[in-house]
Amino acid sequence: MKPLRLLTALSLLSIVSTPLHASAETIVLASTTSIENSGLLAHILPQFTRASGIEVHVLAQGTGQALATAAHGDADLVLVHDPEAEAKFMAEGHGLARTEIAWNDFIIVGPRSDPAHVMGGRDVVAALRAIYAAGAPFISRGDKSGTDALEKRLWKASELDPAPGGVDWYRDIGGGMGAALNAAAAMGAYTLSDRGTWLSFGNKGEMQIEVEGDPRLINRYDVILLNPQAHPQAKQEPAHAFATWLASPDGQAAIADYTISGQRLFHPESDPKP
Amino acid sequence: MSDVAGGAWAALPHIIGLSLAVSLLAAAAAAVVGLPLGAALAVYRFRGRATLVLLANALLGLPPVVVGLALYLLLSHSGPLGALGLLFTPPAMTLAQFLLALPIVVALSHRAMVGVWETYGDDLLVSGATRLQAIPHLLRIGQMDALTASLAGLGRTVSEVGAIMIVGGNIAGYTRTMTTAIVLETSEGHLAFALALGGVLVAISIAVNAGVFAIALRRPHHTTIQKTS
Repeated sequence: MKPLRLLTALSLLSIVSTPLHASAETIVLASTTSIENSGLLAHILPQFTRASGIEVHVLAQGTGQALATAAHGDADLVLVHDPEAEAKFMAEGHGLARTEIAWNDFIIVGPRSDPAHVMGGRDVVAALRAIYAAGAPFISRGDKSGTDALEKRLWKASELDPAPGGVDWYRDIGGGMGAALNAAAAMGAYTLSDRGTWLSFGNKGEMQIEVEGDPRLINRYDVILLNPQAHPQAKQEPAHAFATWLASPDGQAAIADYTISGQRLFHPESDPKP
Repeated sequence: MSDVAGGAWAALPHIIGLSLAVSLLAAAAAAVVGLPLGAALAVYRFRGRATLVLLANALLGLPPVVVGLALYLLLSHSGPLGALGLLFTPPAMTLAQFLLALPIVVALSHRAMVGVWETYGDDLLVSGATRLQAIPHLLRIGQMDALTASLAGLGRTVSEVGAIMIVGGNIAGYTRTMTTAIVLETSEGHLAFALALGGVLVAISIAVNAGVFAIALRRPHHTTIQKTS
């Protein structure tokens, strides 16, 4: 079978042409789409790899999925942003230590036309009530991510149920932050976004920041090392080295250094919160 | 195009290389296993043959995301094959695509080899070949059909995204391929860049298929039946 031989030869050729990885040690970090899509990891990981020789493979998932991946034993550590889900993960014995390494904030973004008249407000719950009252389109992540969990908590605080069934303005897309922003841009809808993804997002269209500055919108990122008794296959030493580096002056400086168009996307842990 | 996309262009050679390696290897493996299987289903008569043919045809519509999920559960550290450490690696992606391409190669080659066997089967058996020995002859006579079946398998692997996203994890510089990169860039709102990547993928796909096909065309394909030794 000549065509077969040809296929095999071509595939072998392409494997040879694929660059090999130089680093001896690699760890798998289960993290969130907001951390990856914002470009933070692409900025800081090369610095860590240079300093340690350890390469970090990043899985960009929602917080819920990232914690589930780690609970299945398929990651060496996690970097996520949902305090309640993290507390549950720790209580179930999956985690060994949890350390805050950075924070930024969430914002409500929406169309310039601002049909719910929430632009310029600071009170996020009042803004959700106004969106509800106006029946203005709102995109929900609906993916059990940290952002999704916060959105659900904020609706609860507003004492309104946005999705009793039959409403067409509340749209659960079951997707990542970028997918939600794409959907909001296309539908002229409001959505809750972390600031990092928003700043790095390339398809803002007619959207703008509507609500910011509410203390309830603080977004903290924690790194969690896995409990070696529950997860003996996790690479403890290199994972520990990475977590330690993130919290170290070098790691914190790398996080603080990351800017897009002059705006800092993530604050180091020591920066005072509003 | 933003500076973020600029960084992504730099990663493109690795992404293209991995896409080609995974999809070509998976398609080649599917051809190596699937073509003889398809031919065997045309040559042998046994109980359950019709069921196997039906199965291969039914699996033509195998949803990649289901294959990805099943493989994920098998390869996860909490799954039966977790000790292999294959999850989130290129071999896991190759395995997923092999499983997706295999039914296509089997079903299409079987369909073609049935016709070839009807025409040449008696001659092959009269000339002293066993049914097993007849299989390579059959595939040689019907090699253009076998090629089409193989290319259909390649078409599946090179364009697939659902399964490799789950078992590969879309890890930058390690398991990110053309298709998963397009999904990622779209989600980051870099729509122009995502479309440019799509153009590159289409061009590569056409070039590989046309290249394989053109080289095969230059060979004589109306092979006469050779007497088996």
